[in-house]
Amino acid sequence: MTNHWTDIKNADVILIMGGNAAEAHPCGFKWVTEAKAKNKARLVVVDPRFTRSAAMADLYAPIRTGTDIAFLGGVIHYLITNNKVHMDYIKSYTDMSFLVKEEFAFADGFFSGYDPEKRKYDKSTWDYQMGEDGFVKTDPSLENPRCVWNLMKAHFSRYTPEVVENICGTPKDKFLQVAELLASSHTPDRVMTILYALGWTQHSTGSQIIRTAAMVQLLLGNIGRAGGGVNALRGHSNIQGLTDLGLLSNLLPGYMTLPGEKETDYDAYIAKRAPKPMRPGQLSYWQNYGKFHVSLMKAWYGAAATKENNWAFDYLPKLDKTYDVLQVFELMHQGKMNGYIAQGFNPLNSFPNKAKVSAALAKLKYLVIMDPLATETSEFWQNYGEFNDVDPAKIQTTVFRLPTTCFAEEDGAIVNSGRWLQWHWKGAEPPGDAKTDPEIMAGLFLRLRDMYKKDGGAFPDPILNLSWPYKVPYEPSPEELAKEYNGKALTDLADPKDPTKLIKKGGELLDGFAQLRDDGSTACGCWIFSGAWTEKGNMMARRDNADPYHNGQTLNWSFAWPANRRILYNRAAADPAGKPWDAKRKQVWWDAAQSKWVGSDVPDFKVDSAPEDGMGPFIMNPEGIARFFARGMMNEGPFPEHYEPFETPIGVNPMHRNNPKATSNPAARVFKGDMEAFGTAKDFPYAATTYRLTEHFHYWTKHVHSNAVIQPEQFVEIGEALAAEKGIRAGDKVKVSSNRGYIKAVAVVTKRIKPLKVDGKTVHHVGIPLHWGFKGVAKNGFITNTLTPFVGDGNTQTPEFKSFLVNVEKA
Amino acid sequence: MQLSRRQFFKVAAGGLTGSSLVAMGFSPTAALAEVRTFKLARTTETRNTCPYCSVGCGIILYSLGDRAKNAHSEIIHIEGDPDHPVNRGTLCPKGAGLLDFVHSKNRLKYPEVREPGTKEWKRIGWDEAFTRIAKLMKEDRDANFVAKNADGVTVNRWLTTGFLAASASSNEAGYITHKVVRNLGMLAFDNQARV
Repeated sequence: MTNHWTDIKNADVILIMGGNAAEAHPCGFKWVTEAKAKNKARLVVVDPRFTRSAAMADLYAPIRTGTDIAFLGGVIHYLITNNKVHMDYIKSYTDMSFLVKEEFAFADGFFSGYDPEKRKYDKSTWDYQMGEDGFVKTDPSLENPRCVWNLMKAHFSRYTPEVVENICGTPKDKFLQVAELLASSHTPDRVMTILYALGWTQHSTGSQIIRTAAMVQLLLGNIGRAGGGVNALRGHSNIQGLTDLGLLSNLLPGYMTLPGEKETDYDAYIAKRAPKPMRPGQLSYWQNYGKFHVSLMKAWYGAAATKENNWAFDYLPKLDKTYDVLQVFELMHQGKMNGYIAQGFNPLNSFPNKAKVSAALAKLKYLVIMDPLATETSEFWQNYGEFNDVDPAKIQTTVFRLPTTCFAEEDGAIVNSGRWLQWHWKGAEPPGDAKTDPEIMAGLFLRLRDMYKKDGGAFPDPILNLSWPYKVPYEPSPEELAKEYNGKALTDLADPKDPTKLIKKGGELLDGFAQLRDDGSTACGCWIFSGAWTEKGNMMARRDNADPYHNGQTLNWSFAWPANRRILYNRAAADPAGKPWDAKRKQVWWDAAQSKWVGSDVPDFKVDSAPEDGMGPFIMNPEGIARFFARGMMNEGPFPEHYEPFETPIGVNPMHRNNPKATSNPAARVFKGDMEAFGTAKDFPYAATTYRLTEHFHYWTKHVHSNAVIQPEQFVEIGEALAAEKGIRAGDKVKVSSNRGYIKAVAVVTKRIKPLKVDGKTVHHVGIPLHWGFKGVAKNGFITNTLTPFVGDGNTQTPEFKSFLVNVEKA
Repeated sequence: MQLSRRQFFKVAAGGLTGSSLVAMGFSPTAALAEVRTFKLARTTETRNTCPYCSVGCGIILYSLGDRAKNAHSEIIHIEGDPDHPVNRGTLCPKGAGLLDFVHSKNRLKYPEVREPGTKEWKRIGWDEAFTRIAKLMKEDRDANFVAKNADGVTVNRWLTTGFLAASASSNEAGYITHKVVRNLGMLAFDNQARV
């Protein structure tokens, strides 16, 4: 979230799209209710189903799954053509006046530089025109046809209300009502928030959907504002924290990135990630990248990381490609992997195309499961009849299952969607011999280190030199680890402004990332978490819920990254002169008397940079402003474009009827064999989508008695029209099949799913809750992801769980 | 006073409740009317965070046992933390059932192994589990570690074993996991955020 849960109460308009907060995040949704009750806020819900969120909405519009870019592109078109944009905001805080290269073009569904063989773009034309002064050329008059504003206007001019209706199936009048309500937040005294979840992420165009939403919010001037922002409601309790800590194939902690194998020169590796400002007077905060990186390597390798060995640059593995889970299971399926360790994660249920995932696991030599619960993955080799029809005798994988503690049995911090690091305390011992995850990681590591010490082996250097300063080596404590990611001074640190003054003595914990150095004198395991555990104590454990400005910021409750800042980009909540856009909503402002930025939140800005210096509010971007034009940062283009899901119920992209290669995302990666496993509307005519129920959490609560009682059995939802067509009655058992397999479940026939008219055809949706499996105390059921396709988003490779094709028949 | 002296001592000996009620001025007659005591009065309260979705609701764990070295704590109740600025004491149907998660009969208790081709679990000790897994990892790493790519560039990567990190484990668990996994040269490494 750019903002956070309590801040939702400050909104005037709330758009829930690509999520269902009332069902999946009930206690967070309470702040939507609060905004409605206390702030006269209007709630808009756009979803293929009339959801529990829709039931609370002032305005609901149906949409076909996978067509959100067309809908939001229509909103952009509406805002521009009706002059409902916050012009003062976008003039100063976005790239609208920047000039784009003459060679950049868009035609027939492709941007310039497409290679259909490789399904990849050469992105060299997707960039700015640079001036001789080394800065981007701009045209503040907006007359130059190559400025971002004009290119954007032309791009979205095609997304008329009629096009939206034809692609999305949303009746034109409904769409216009939504657009009008959203547009009402373009004035400085009204703010809209957008709440989304995996209903946007899990598409082959997921990242671009979210980008389109960000563009809408920029046009309306709603980024950085209380009650505004683009807010990802994350699915699990610490997905935010584990991502912040960089547990992804291409990342290091704090959104730093691993080197690619072509990056052989250390200085160039750092320089590429520390861009110089692209406009005069901009901060470009990532210029400090070297400090964050060197401090990480000092935390990991201590004295073994030196200036001479480029801070142990050779110890870091170098990427030849991204090893996301789809790539890894593809390699496993090809028999190219031998071992796999799953920590608190159930891939047999969670990944698409269960048949492929199961066959891949069976090719492993060893599989290790660390979990508090008996997951399906841990028993992928066991025969559970129709639910898991395998022959154990034929599966030669050795499987270890290690019991771990759960939340109630350990101390530590987890990060909620609002970026709050909240500390929790242990309430009891775990059952049996269960151990904490740090103990298990230490147990494995210490044995490996002993073996490498004794017997040698492949490149033992990093293993032997890994810093392991824990008082009890086989049980690193949460306190020690939290202090390590916060960071400390390794030697006395002199004040850069006055070398006679010390800001930290050697060994002291740091106050925040501004104190990090790139000369090896500081260590910090995750720079964005710096400030979480300082010499003042554990900031994450703070429990003062005081809210002096009555705007829900509670700065002394827990610790929010970065720097305890509650709303990101909050400099943009003030106008270019440093005055709040809305006097009623005071966030941060320039205090001329003190010559600094002050307010109810920690300013997201250089605190002593006066408004007349002209520094932009988006300090992490080298341009200093927010981008409508994404340059080369997205794989399918600098502007979002509608592409159909890989399994499309209409078989054609109405935006590009004559170019079948532009039907679905041209830059999405599809493995050989998976393209063939896609189904077509001829055999699988219905648009399917998967989702959660409020009574269950993922695949965990089927192990929980009370939840199993209130929602015991697997079901699917179909609309009354489809049920009548198929002769299905409520309560009948139905078989739902895709080109990859089938599930059987009880049919719930509902008024909440209506057929949509799309491109001249009738499209029915089938809704498939995801919570069942063959382990648990609920009734055993089928794994929903038996049905889903093995293809991901063009940037993140997040699978397209939300849009695929099925057939439904009576079982 | 309706009780004989002997009856009164019997009630008072029944527990702290009896005697403290008397101390507070309640008559033994009223004390007799008390059927049972408020069960959370003698528990230890521990602040925690709901492990399900990302709202991060504050919860309070109520456990028996006073944290003395030899006392065995047992969580008997979980409810929302009224001081928490987001959930203000409320919980959803999932959070309200957390006690049954902690005590689920499907909680794993001991390390186990399933040997190739067999159809059952065998209980093993932690030492055996760690040693066998570390041996398999080392064998695979030593056999398949790529020190240099085809162009002779140092790449120091290990691609044949992968690691899937969690979604609800703590920052501290995540940090040490990353430190160990990357240090071995692994790239096939993701957490639930990928999907």
